[in-house]
Amino acid sequence: MKEKHYGLAIFSTLVFIFLLGPLVIISVTSFGPGTVLKFPPDGFSLKWYQNIWAVDMFPKTFVTSIIISLLGNLLALILGVPAAYALSRYHFRGRDLLNAIFLSPVLIPGIVLGFTMLKYVLVMYQLPIYAGLLVGHTVIMLPFIIRVIGSSLSNFDFSIEEAAVSLGAGRLQAFFRVVLPNIRSGIMAAVLIAFLESFNNVDISVFMTGPGISTLPIQMLTYVQNYFDPTIAAISVVLMILTGLLMFVIERLMGGLAYFTKR
Amino acid sequence: MKINKMYWLLLPGLLFLTVFMLIPIILTIGSTFVQEGKPTLEGYLYFFKDAYFNRILLTTLRVSVFTTVICIALGYPVAYYISRLGTRKKGILLALSIFPLLTSPVVRSFSWMIILGRKGLVNNALVATGIVDKPIEILYTPTAMIIGLVHLFLPLIIITLVGVMENVDSELIRAAESLGASRFTALRKVLFPLTIPGLIIGSVLVFVGSLTAYTTPALLGGKERVISTFLYQNAMTLNDWYLASVIATIMIVITLVVVGLMNKVATKLNPKG
Repeated sequence: MKEKHYGLAIFSTLVFIFLLGPLVIISVTSFGPGTVLKFPPDGFSLKWYQNIWAVDMFPKTFVTSIIISLLGNLLALILGVPAAYALSRYHFRGRDLLNAIFLSPVLIPGIVLGFTMLKYVLVMYQLPIYAGLLVGHTVIMLPFIIRVIGSSLSNFDFSIEEAAVSLGAGRLQAFFRVVLPNIRSGIMAAVLIAFLESFNNVDISVFMTGPGISTLPIQMLTYVQNYFDPTIAAISVVLMILTGLLMFVIERLMGGLAYFTKR
Repeated sequence: MKINKMYWLLLPGLLFLTVFMLIPIILTIGSTFVQEGKPTLEGYLYFFKDAYFNRILLTTLRVSVFTTVICIALGYPVAYYISRLGTRKKGILLALSIFPLLTSPVVRSFSWMIILGRKGLVNNALVATGIVDKPIEILYTPTAMIIGLVHLFLPLIIITLVGVMENVDSELIRAAESLGASRFTALRKVLFPLTIPGLIIGSVLVFVGSLTAYTTPALLGGKERVISTFLYQNAMTLNDWYLASVIATIMIVITLVVVGLMNKVATKLNPKG
């Protein structure tokens, strides 16, 4: 019964070349010695990797991006875990509406979200730029935290928690000692997925820059619009390696990549 | 736990989103209907009358429609191919689809700047094979935006459709074939109708995504504007926050209408309700 579809296999291969080819090309050009991006490159050199450190805005914005993503993640967990718990544990009036509100940041166009935050969070509320970045990134991470942890919780058998409570554990104690350990891998995956979402974000961060303040993607965007040397290609390779590592960890934690195919 | 105690769990997140997202959005929308203390629709009349804005809106729609159609044409067969593979191969191809999805859009758009530029791979190949005498302009045109956006959203539609197709019982297709249908007829009459709800969801994700994407048009579009880069330009370069708010409102309305329609149609088509 196994029938070979050579046509389909060739078509799929071509599509994957289209998807991955550009990423291969970017990697190869990053090792070129010339000052202009060229494929194929004329030789081999690592100088553009050294240049990442020479342009001090790159390491600086990299650190900013990491700090904003980590702090935002923490904040999103503090706000999101109790909400995800309530939304998946109880049925109550207005649950669907509340669920929709918590997931709504993915529905609003990012560029719109960024602009309205510039207008109100930075200008009207007068928050400093770093705080604005933190708040903005927390908002976009919340839906991912709620969705991934929510799906972990919906697989959790709450009668175990009830058992702990009936045996004398406090509500909080039962949550931290019984529920939390059981959804640990879901939480880790949520954190990593939200981290990538925040770390790669352009739409919010592009509105929240100041003298010497920016995130890495925005710094890359600005650099590309002014210079065309392989430094950005070198950074891209570093970022792709980090992405690959995180994806590997997510795959291990979730026991597969099924999260991405279920929406 | 008492039900009103449970609301306390939701309160911090809700307050946070209200203060930092809902209020800014509602006030931004509200601000477009008031000018110098008087209610007005002037911003919208101005927007829809002006030829330049109309051109931007049209470019945006055209780019998004093309992107969506190409994504489906390329993604549907690939998703079918992946969904019929064994676990191991399927896992590898899914991972290869998800990797670009998690890679920074700046990196992915930038890679097309290398490929499509005047001295890029495509132009070199065209000149070397004698198809054209001198490099053609691809980068900084709507075509470049479409290529970049297809590259950005194709993984999304592939993995969405793989998820849908995995739920279709392959026995159904075999049954149709054993009753005399050709493979193609079996796919068209059995598989295709069952994947329509997923196809709609995937298309809307791509369409809305292309309509509102910023990074790719900003890098590959050059001076060619789409609605999102136009919003940015008004907000940050021209400092016209009133017009930027009008554009933001239009983008929100378009997104909500398209997503709302999708939900309606998808619920109607989904046999499980």
